[in-house]
Amino acid sequence: MSALDSLHLTAIPPEAEALRAQVRAFLQDAVTRIPAHVRARSWGGYDSNLSRELGQRGFLGLTLPKEYGGGGRTPFDRYVVVEEFLNFGAPVGSHWIAERQSAPLILKYGSEEQKRSFIPAICRGEMYFCIGMSEPNAGSDLASVKTRATRNDKGWVLNGQKIWTTNAHNCHCMIALVRTSGTGEDRQKGLSQVIVDLKLPGVTVRPITDLSGDSHFCEVFFDNVQLAADAVLGREGDGWEQVMSELAFERSGPERLFSSIVLFDEWLAYVRTPQGRTPESVRLAGRIIAQLAPLRAMSVAVTGKLARGDSPVVEAALVKDLGTGVEQSIPALIADDLFRRPAHEVPLELLRTLNYVTQAAPSFSLRGGTRDILRGMIARGLGLR
Amino acid sequence: MDDLLSDALRQLLQDQCTPQLVRAVESGQSPAGLWAQLEESGFADALVPEDQGGAGLALSDVFPLLALCGSQAVPVPLAHTMLARALLAQAGVDRPQGSIAIASVTSRQAGGVRCAFTSFGRVADWVLTAIDGATVLLPTAQAASEPGVFALDASLQWTEAALSRARQVPGAHDLEALQACAAAAQLSGALMDTFHRTLQYANERQQFGRPIGKFQAIQHQLSVMAEHAFAARMAAQMGCHSATAAPDRLRVAVAKARTSEAALEVAGLAHSIHGAIGFTAEFDLQLYTRRLHAWRQAAGSESYWQEVLGEELVDRRDGLALDLVRATTDVD
Repeated sequence: MSALDSLHLTAIPPEAEALRAQVRAFLQDAVTRIPAHVRARSWGGYDSNLSRELGQRGFLGLTLPKEYGGGGRTPFDRYVVVEEFLNFGAPVGSHWIAERQSAPLILKYGSEEQKRSFIPAICRGEMYFCIGMSEPNAGSDLASVKTRATRNDKGWVLNGQKIWTTNAHNCHCMIALVRTSGTGEDRQKGLSQVIVDLKLPGVTVRPITDLSGDSHFCEVFFDNVQLAADAVLGREGDGWEQVMSELAFERSGPERLFSSIVLFDEWLAYVRTPQGRTPESVRLAGRIIAQLAPLRAMSVAVTGKLARGDSPVVEAALVKDLGTGVEQSIPALIADDLFRRPAHEVPLELLRTLNYVTQAAPSFSLRGGTRDILRGMIARGLGLR
Repeated sequence: MDDLLSDALRQLLQDQCTPQLVRAVESGQSPAGLWAQLEESGFADALVPEDQGGAGLALSDVFPLLALCGSQAVPVPLAHTMLARALLAQAGVDRPQGSIAIASVTSRQAGGVRCAFTSFGRVADWVLTAIDGATVLLPTAQAASEPGVFALDASLQWTEAALSRARQVPGAHDLEALQACAAAAQLSGALMDTFHRTLQYANERQQFGRPIGKFQAIQHQLSVMAEHAFAARMAAQMGCHSATAAPDRLRVAVAKARTSEAALEVAGLAHSIHGAIGFTAEFDLQLYTRRLHAWRQAAGSESYWQEVLGEELVDRRDGLALDLVRATTDVD
């Protein structure tokens, strides 16, 4: 319980807050003309030109050391910038995973050569990574991964399959969790992380179309892919521990509260019109804000723990489970509000945005760990397991 | 400093404000003995400036004390009195001995005034309220009192004559926000205590040969309780975030809306996990879950404060929703 008891109202330092005006000025110019139903894709939206421009302006890799092209700043600085990306619905998906978790992971576990070859390009918004964790029979049960790297005289030979790999078709590299020794029965033992160049012979990437018609995630097949000896990230056999630390980067951020915020703001613009304003919609706006505000304060508190060098795994799970629930409730509540009105009153762009977010919403509590797994982690943090 | 203060109040309450005493006061026994102990401790003057005999703390500093009033089911309006005495001190009005409940006027009749269902109205010595925009302090001893719905509440009515003798408090004051701030802070304490009690019970109660907390279904219910209890505590902290003794109305709106919403969820899950024993008068759980419902209803339910927030958000003619979220969550 001590972990959760230390979630206190936390100040964002003024140095970090000072970045907000800069990034907002840029986004107002670069993003607001994109239609809301496209901006609603947010960190699922792909625009490599925007990513490069953000890199040039120093908005990427803020927490990474300057010697590798980063900003040498704190997690609060990144929090402010990312919060603005999400609230504007900037299509930041191209660099998202590389910047959020691959680069910090390489910084923490990688060799000097790996750091120098990948991190500066990630900070420039030019190199994109995907995460090879899930497999057809290893999603939530990640310890049962079967994709295997076997040693040979040139390094490692990779065989197997990954699935639900977000953005693999647009990425340069994957950091994959693979078995390097033992069998599937050994569970967490014998797993390693390897960096796979997705252009290597033997790699096949096949996008999977989701129910909204988008192709965000992919199947990736490895057929005798020859990796160099230095493809292993960190220590061979330490893959499980590394993956668990990587997931902590992924679960606490503002992306777990604001996935529906473009829809909310678009709906709010309608509620602010004379024909859109009803007593029920005013109250609903307040109901959603009263959910989002404490969540944001919790997310900032978790950022404070990261800034102090803690690893707030249980707190992050709590924020993610609560936050994704709120994100998912927003399209449902807005649909209920809009469809108690005469249909002709409601702007088409708002309905398009609602439709997209409604369809995307199930993924909010799947990506980064399902609801049930997170509740199990919270229960462990409470001493129940 | 926060820890020292709250440790001291917790110790005092654990000694003096036992579940037996809470039950006795709820059954009609006078709380005068408990109040005398609290008065002597000085906590009621925590927000009063030092040059007026108080501890000179800010509202942010006393959040843990206000929350303790909830987590220890304190059957007197200590939280209200702290806020009311700060207001009186700031208005330059002599502070009376005794406890003060803060209430809203619900009707005027025959020149008199009625405050229906006043929180702690049955046990308070004074009531701070506003009549036609003017803040006044009224003695409960001069009121006609009817029992309220919750054991410690009462509907209080003063005659025109009593009203004319009321102590006037100059200045404009948002008593509604003060009431809601106190209720939210007490709710956050009661929510956390309800959660911890339920967690402990799940670790102790054996069924099918093991503690019920080992069952995944119970674990997930407790995880959801934790989420609500911690979000509500964060919201209540936001409601008490102020460098002065007075809260900010928008932050209070978030605090009361979120804690009230959590009250319903947490009370429901606590009873579900406790089974039939938690439903008995003898078991202490009810001291807290009855308060969760009473304080959810007090000083405006979640819908009331959601409307306050919604109007603020919609009346801002443009700008991101994020900016209202920031206005209620950002601290220096």
